[in-house]
Amino acid sequence: MAASDQSTGPWYAKITNAVHRNLKSLIVGIPFFWLILFFLVPFFIVLKLSFAESIIASPPFTSLLDWSQGGFPSIAINTDNYLYLIEDNLYTSTFLNSLKIATVCTIICLLIGYPMAYGIVRTQGTWRYILLLLIILPFWTSFLLRVYAWMGILADQGTINDLLLWLGFIDKPIKLLYRPIAVYIGIIYTYLPFMILPLYANMEKLDSSLREAAMDLGANPVSTFFTVTLPMTLPGIIAGSLLVFIPATGEFVVPDLLGGGNVLMIGRLLFSEFNANHDWPVASAIAVVLLIVLVIPMMLYHKVQAAEANS
Amino acid sequence: MRQEKPRFLVSCMVFGYAFLYVPIILLIIYSFNYSPLLPVWGGFSTRWYSRLLESPEVWDATLLSLKIAFISASVATVFGTLAGLALARLGRFRGKTIFTGMISAPLVMPEVITGLSLLLFFITLWQLTGWPEQRGMFTITIAHITFAMAYVAVIIQSRLAGTNQALEEAAMDLGAKPLRVLTDITIPMLAPGMMAGWLLAFTLSLDDLIIASFVSGPGSTTLPMLIYSRIRLGLKPDINALATILIVSVAVGVFIAGWIMLRQQKQRALLANE
Repeated sequence: MAASDQSTGPWYAKITNAVHRNLKSLIVGIPFFWLILFFLVPFFIVLKLSFAESIIASPPFTSLLDWSQGGFPSIAINTDNYLYLIEDNLYTSTFLNSLKIATVCTIICLLIGYPMAYGIVRTQGTWRYILLLLIILPFWTSFLLRVYAWMGILADQGTINDLLLWLGFIDKPIKLLYRPIAVYIGIIYTYLPFMILPLYANMEKLDSSLREAAMDLGANPVSTFFTVTLPMTLPGIIAGSLLVFIPATGEFVVPDLLGGGNVLMIGRLLFSEFNANHDWPVASAIAVVLLIVLVIPMMLYHKVQAAEANS
Repeated sequence: MRQEKPRFLVSCMVFGYAFLYVPIILLIIYSFNYSPLLPVWGGFSTRWYSRLLESPEVWDATLLSLKIAFISASVATVFGTLAGLALARLGRFRGKTIFTGMISAPLVMPEVITGLSLLLFFITLWQLTGWPEQRGMFTITIAHITFAMAYVAVIIQSRLAGTNQALEEAAMDLGAKPLRVLTDITIPMLAPGMMAGWLLAFTLSLDDLIIASFVSGPGSTTLPMLIYSRIRLGLKPDINALATILIVSVAVGVFIAGWIMLRQQKQRALLANE
């Protein structure tokens, strides 16, 4: 093999040698460079823009770096956008409303998802595999279309109203679509698999002998659950809850399609501030505040994942 | 081991799976509805399918989405594999904490933030260098590579954490250079993980609405952008037809992949027993 390496010509040998010598830096360097350029730098631009002033121009903001002073750029920091977010009630109440919706949806997802994950783990053989595939399948189908499916169900002439009218429970359609209830249902529906999968991954590794030992020692199923199973599945509960809570807080599609502008959520507000009002500095300030709000849950998620990977 | 499941657990599962799948089944049923007034039933018909397939906009958007998904998934698989290798096999290196943070952040980052920041980045870049002059397929592809590589990296990292390094160490001891070990042992070992990563990156890209809406320009409408612009104003039967085609093809794909994996597992179990 060594002989064939040498016969491939000097330019090729030079490159292979360089790759050999720098293999480690190449493996780290390529993705590192890409992420700094397209992930980290864009954030600093958002941060910078959130301190800029909004003007009617294209692009609609003042430059933060003023080059007119000769060699050194002077930095003009303008905190008006943040003050505006605090002063205007719309933004505070939208933030609080997003957090409330995300919290409630996370809890309901946990209540539905936990017994489901537990049930899948307790199923044996091929059926367990099929049940798991049915949880994974929604990940591969369009988020947008799964939200759209609920538009047909919740509409005034939709499936739920048809069913209730036919059963005689109501005599005229009840308004469901473009109401908060629709947003709650939509978020729970689309994020439920995100809750179940980490729970399943955690429960699958559990040793059932502890539970059996508790039962053998005379603990009833309920106390066994609360003293043995629940504490052992805590990492799964935390990971699943954060995977629902974090993206649900910044959700845009569900409040836009199912809430129809009647339900205030921060992701949608950011989008409309940017697209409809063309106030880019305020949109950037919203993004920065949203990120600050979510950074603690994000770090917590990261920590739980790292602990799971090491165990 | 107790086999029977409590009735409570079974009813929770029946409810949960019905909740997940009844909306999709209804969506499919309504795609065969003759009536243009969803969801009033007006008899069986496939006319929305023919209308859908005749629409050039739908074909253009599908083609654009497939192109972006193919390129971004391929690049993201390469970068994500390198990142996963760096995290799982290279021990400590300078900047590892930042690197780990940047890799895991896109997994939970709200898409509105990612979209906004990338758009502002492309605009700033254009102001400084005059490039990219037009936003569209190219900028969407870059954005998709960036968030999809995080998913690939996580898959690769978990695969590597689950395998032992004995083969790689043996090759090293026998005098193989690190690059040889990488191309002849590590990469083939990672092939199933890379395949899974590529498929996930491909679907994530096909599915993305928000980031694409931010970084796209005039004339570049991806399939989710097209769907969104139509359903914003209410129910559209041809979108039900489109949804049915997409969901059924994905479901068939996932079940075939699942079946193949199950068979391989069973074969491996048989071999292990012999």
